[in-house]
Amino acid sequence: MGNPFQPLAKKDFDYGAAQHLLNRAGFGGTPAQVRALLELGLDDAVDYLVEFKGERVSNEGFEFKSDILRAQTPEERETLRRARATNDTETIARIERERQERQNADRAQIGAMKRWWLARMIETGRPLQEKLTLFWHGHFATGYRTIENSWHMLMQNGMLRSNCAGNFADLARGIISDPAMLKYLDNDENRKSSPNENLARELMELFTLGEGNGYGERDIKEGARALTGRTFRGNEYFFDRAQHDAGGKQILRRSGDFSGDDFVSIILEQPECSRFIAGKLYRFFVNDSPALTRDGVETVERLAKALRDARYELRPALRALFRSQHFHARENRQSIIKSPTQLIVQSVRSLGTPVRSVDRLVEAGDLMGQELFQPPSVKGWPGGRSWINTATMFTRQNTAVFLITGRTTRGNTAGSADPYDAMHLVEHLRDASGVLDARECVRSLAAFALGGEPDRARLDQLTEYLGSIGGTIDNDRVKALLCLISAMPEYQLC
Amino acid sequence: MHHRPMTDATTNLAFTRRLFLQRGCALASLAATVPCFIERSALGMLGDPLLASQPGVPDERILVIVQLGGGNDGLNTVVPFGSDDYYRARPQIGIRGPGAAPAQNAQPAALALDGAQGIGLHPNLAGLKALYDEGLVSVIQGVGYPNPNRSHFTSMDIWQTGRLDAKGSGWIGRYFDNTCNGTPTPEASIAIGRNAPLALEGDVQKPIAFESSSLFRWNGQDLHASLADPYERINRAGSDAVAGGSAKAGAPETQKQFLMRTALDAQVSSERIRTAVAKTPLVAYPGHGLANQLKMIGAMIRDGMPTRVYYASMGGFDTHGGQLGTHANLMRQLGESLEAFQRDLREQRNDARVTTMVFSEFGRRVKQNASGGTDHGTAAPMFLIGTNVKPGVVGRHPSLTDLDQGDLKHSIDFRSVYASVLEDWLKAPSEKVLRGRFMNAGLFKASV
Repeated sequence: MGNPFQPLAKKDFDYGAAQHLLNRAGFGGTPAQVRALLELGLDDAVDYLVEFKGERVSNEGFEFKSDILRAQTPEERETLRRARATNDTETIARIERERQERQNADRAQIGAMKRWWLARMIETGRPLQEKLTLFWHGHFATGYRTIENSWHMLMQNGMLRSNCAGNFADLARGIISDPAMLKYLDNDENRKSSPNENLARELMELFTLGEGNGYGERDIKEGARALTGRTFRGNEYFFDRAQHDAGGKQILRRSGDFSGDDFVSIILEQPECSRFIAGKLYRFFVNDSPALTRDGVETVERLAKALRDARYELRPALRALFRSQHFHARENRQSIIKSPTQLIVQSVRSLGTPVRSVDRLVEAGDLMGQELFQPPSVKGWPGGRSWINTATMFTRQNTAVFLITGRTTRGNTAGSADPYDAMHLVEHLRDASGVLDARECVRSLAAFALGGEPDRARLDQLTEYLGSIGGTIDNDRVKALLCLISAMPEYQLC
Repeated sequence: MHHRPMTDATTNLAFTRRLFLQRGCALASLAATVPCFIERSALGMLGDPLLASQPGVPDERILVIVQLGGGNDGLNTVVPFGSDDYYRARPQIGIRGPGAAPAQNAQPAALALDGAQGIGLHPNLAGLKALYDEGLVSVIQGVGYPNPNRSHFTSMDIWQTGRLDAKGSGWIGRYFDNTCNGTPTPEASIAIGRNAPLALEGDVQKPIAFESSSLFRWNGQDLHASLADPYERINRAGSDAVAGGSAKAGAPETQKQFLMRTALDAQVSSERIRTAVAKTPLVAYPGHGLANQLKMIGAMIRDGMPTRVYYASMGGFDTHGGQLGTHANLMRQLGESLEAFQRDLREQRNDARVTTMVFSEFGRRVKQNASGGTDHGTAAPMFLIGTNVKPGVVGRHPSLTDLDQGDLKHSIDFRSVYASVLEDWLKAPSEKVLRGRFMNAGLFKASV
């Protein structure tokens, strides 16, 4: 038996493998982009993605304010105090109204941030950077509605992005200094005199070790003490020395007067941490089926070792994963259920449709169960089959129809003014005299859009359909075929 | 190219579902394909004494939740006209009691509920009052929770999760997750609206949501008539995958098989819901939003959908300024809609199967504000409607003088109401669903 983590033979890096790589380590690409990646060869293709060699995306058109939810000034506090003391209901009501207005402005801003991020995923030349940022957002899940501060969400998003392929230790340390997370898991109330265990518990259970993996309730209690005093002032992390418990602690069989950073270092010394992170990366990038195959288990173990060997540097581990035989194995093609974000972004990027309306796409993502900046809980999005039910199935199919044709659920055709030239998906199939073979076009379209050769039955259905509407290949007919292909249950796989 | 007439397609789809369910019941080892309610009723047919019906109370019970979004003004919904403090706190927007002299604000008098307590319904809740007089309504007073949160978002999340930290899945979602051993049922809960409410979101069980039934379908077929047939064939392939045996008994379902099965379910549900809703209801409904939602729900109940929880909602209750007219209008819509719905259920002879629960995320401040409105408050009344609820007024009206920062103190925890709904109506262990033990508020008749 071979080692499934060994690199794929160079000759086996074919068109299908290049497309698989671009789908998984990014959000897919057009046939021309897949061919370009193929021409780089396996090693350079993986490098191109992992080293973020593509063009940086601009932030044009988006400007965010950091001070919508600034703290009250001393004068404002005094005014409110006096109004309360004198029962001045008018002033109290005015202050309440102003507070409400600021909150409304902040909610509008988080809405704009959702559009900004989705647009960024669609436009970026560094797809793995955004994909990893999304991965870490789900991993270090923090929800806007609990913290109600859009700027803090954006700061966290920036922290995750700058460390997304760097060192996991920096991510873990970053998250225990991150205002959004400190608020989300109540660490701003974790004080020496009354420790709050929320962050310490989730740090071990969800962020680093996995539930019950080699730690106990006592470690949580002691870890919570190490995290006391870590809070924020305004938009900045703040270490409140007076609230920090500097006494001796025992965490995971080590003793000392540990700080929060020490707590993280101790956790990272546990081999369980590398296995837990490797397992999550595996489910996100390789296969999200409920049960792992033997090769899958082996690959997770080797990926964990790669993380440990690189002292938690992520790039070397990711590079090895994307080059591995196992990543490219047949059992792992079309094996992951696309997240709503993947469905949207990959449809645009691979089919080359117009974006039409980022607003509508954000709404579609929400309806399909993935609201950016609002994971359902600190556990993040469970992913896999939880994405799919009868309602989201229609929303998924209808979102594809919208991208391909501009048709919305309400029947109007706003956004359809943007023309979509789908012929670019088949142009390369013209023979020497410029003729397109209908059956070959159908096969190629289906194989491309579904990420693998379609079933015989599917192919017959599509060919028969094309025959029923005239049989020739032109833009409208390609779009009609794409509507059907994207409505196939297997289009939800990536 | 031939087109099958619609009726034909309907028959085929219904047949597919029937076949699918029969297979599901026969191959009980294929746990993932057996919807839990079906499993239960299949056992019931085998005569399991534990699952036998109680006389007069049907097994297939339904809960309809009506959400009033924005914070409904409880004090002008159930009016404490017997209290001078009420009129002192609300000189302009107070609603006069029955028999009192016409008020400056020209509002009609409240509709007396319980003379001894001096409380009455908003004058525009005549529809609800009629149901009350027939012994179909429980008015639960002063419902809230400790350390009330006055943010719409957070308080709504608290009500919908049934947790004071407002985190995690919805309480109804957890009910399904707990009842069904983790097996999701395609149509277990349906919300009318663009988004499904958090209340229905389980870790496993996910709700269906649609604004109108015509949106719960693939709209690619509107592009060109030729697309409808091939689309249907593509998405009904799941029936082959399940019934045709390509899924080996005992083998775990692949992602693709799972997707095919869900796509088939979606086709069947869509067809079924649109057929149900297209029928003319047995009673006339008023034309406004909530009534339309309840009309659809009534149609789906009549059609015998396997859905156990329906969710309707109505917004606009955030009455910070000039609230008299706005609120009166909302009350009229609410009362008329609830009455029409209950009459529909009776005509269908389904009234014994359905309980309706009305709530809002909070009530409003006792004192009116300077703009003739009210600001965010705390405790407020809830309504339970149905032939099986214990009719009357539950609990005491909260004190208008013993306040917490100008707001009412709650006397009944909303989770005690949930506990009663879960235990007495849905026959589910409330402690597991609510993740804690809450006193059962005892809102249903002993025979239920």
